[in-house]
Amino acid sequence: MNKRNHKNNGNLQRVMTIAAGNGDMGFVREVEKRSGADLSACFHCRCCAGGCPFIEAMDYAPHGIIRLAQLGLRDEVLQSATIWTCVGCHTCSIACPMAIDMAAVMDAMRGIALETDAAIAEPDVLDFHREVLRSIERYGRTHKLEIMMRYKVKTRDWFTDMDVGLRMLAKRKLDLLPSKVKNTQDLKRMFRETAERGTP
Amino acid sequence: MSRSKRIPLSYFPGCSMATTAKENNRSLIEFCERIGYDLIEVPDWNCCGSSSAHSVDAELAQDLAARNLTLAPKGRPLLAACPNCMLRLRGAQRHLAEVPDAQQRCEARWGRPVDPNLKLIHFFDLLAGADMKGLNKTSPGLKGMKFVPYYGCMLARPPAMRHEPNHHGLMEKILSDLGAEPRRWGYGARCCGTFLSVVRPDVVGAMVDAIFRNAAAAGADCLVTACAMCHMNLEVRSTLQNRIPVLHFSEALALAVGEGNGKDWFSRHLVDPRPLLRSARLIA
Repeated sequence: MNKRNHKNNGNLQRVMTIAAGNGDMGFVREVEKRSGADLSACFHCRCCAGGCPFIEAMDYAPHGIIRLAQLGLRDEVLQSATIWTCVGCHTCSIACPMAIDMAAVMDAMRGIALETDAAIAEPDVLDFHREVLRSIERYGRTHKLEIMMRYKVKTRDWFTDMDVGLRMLAKRKLDLLPSKVKNTQDLKRMFRETAERGTP
Repeated sequence: MSRSKRIPLSYFPGCSMATTAKENNRSLIEFCERIGYDLIEVPDWNCCGSSSAHSVDAELAQDLAARNLTLAPKGRPLLAACPNCMLRLRGAQRHLAEVPDAQQRCEARWGRPVDPNLKLIHFFDLLAGADMKGLNKTSPGLKGMKFVPYYGCMLARPPAMRHEPNHHGLMEKILSDLGAEPRRWGYGARCCGTFLSVVRPDVVGAMVDAIFRNAAAAGADCLVTACAMCHMNLEVRSTLQNRIPVLHFSEALALAVGEGNGKDWFSRHLVDPRPLLRSARLIA
């Protein structure tokens, strides 16, 4: 496997060389099954890339991820930053002439990455999602102050956003106590059953 | 409108509107009351799963949203104003209808029936049919307010939902019917970044600054947002010293019908909109 210059840094014109010898063709079928999207429909017009607001923070453009999957380059997909950077805003989907549900494709790829213990290129994104889910598990709703505090502990980054947090507290935008559901057992049960079939 | 019968609606506020954006929640409820709708909060609703549940576990995301559908009373339409909550609730409803046994399993799990015909309506759906010009005759209106509409990602939807009604231009239409002046610009549908705001503040900050600069260049006095999360990301992530305020759409509507005075909504903004609102004589 030979990769060169695969970081596009927002420059779509940069040449990318990937040798695809023994591609895993089962992978693209699995992504299609989970997402309901037909990845062979993509003809790389780059409409998705042109509209993506966060392409600069990705290593592969959205259509590039589809190309990797088409070539069976499973590890490149599952270890990419792109699948974690995509926020699922659907801007690409409305631009796509083939109506590919890119957000569903990314969801499918993240799911496979987690289930197969792939190396996570953007661990902070996953940490944040896990903190949000932990909050929902405990309270049934998101408690933003606690999510932020726990996220800070996990990423050991205490100083970024201290000023933002204080301004939000001053403007009463961060509640000290969580808004909670009454029947917290419902949520605990839901998460327990989720854990029993495989942890998120 | 006041002469017609009042209409009760189930209401799903969602976490942002229930906590960080209470001003969005209150102004929405008061505006809806004013135009004839009584909002009744769904009892014991839970988080729709937000951007995080579907990012790591598709099934959990469906389960979270679906529990809320079991809590909504049969026959009364369910209103949500948060675009992402609405998307998740609609996704769960489609999931229950299309996946064999999904509805039966959901009902067995919670011991409650799900109304498969529950009408899910977004705040925009409610406004699309409303006659604002009629309302304008009896209200102070928004004369003199120049704004740019910020939709974020709410008008972009997954392909499976592309045949559902869309509301391009709705904020411009409604607010100009109420006397405000929309300005044309190119950043109304740039995504606010959702969770990247926390994880990659550098990336989102640059994006948000571009949004503010373009709004000011378009001659707007304020931005108007349709989503509480967009509102928060715009407010907390901008690094610009001087920037125009951001109003929730519901605040602009409540102001237009004269419900803005004496409210504590505007002191909750990071960029204080009160000087602007006073100079436009929208608050005292």
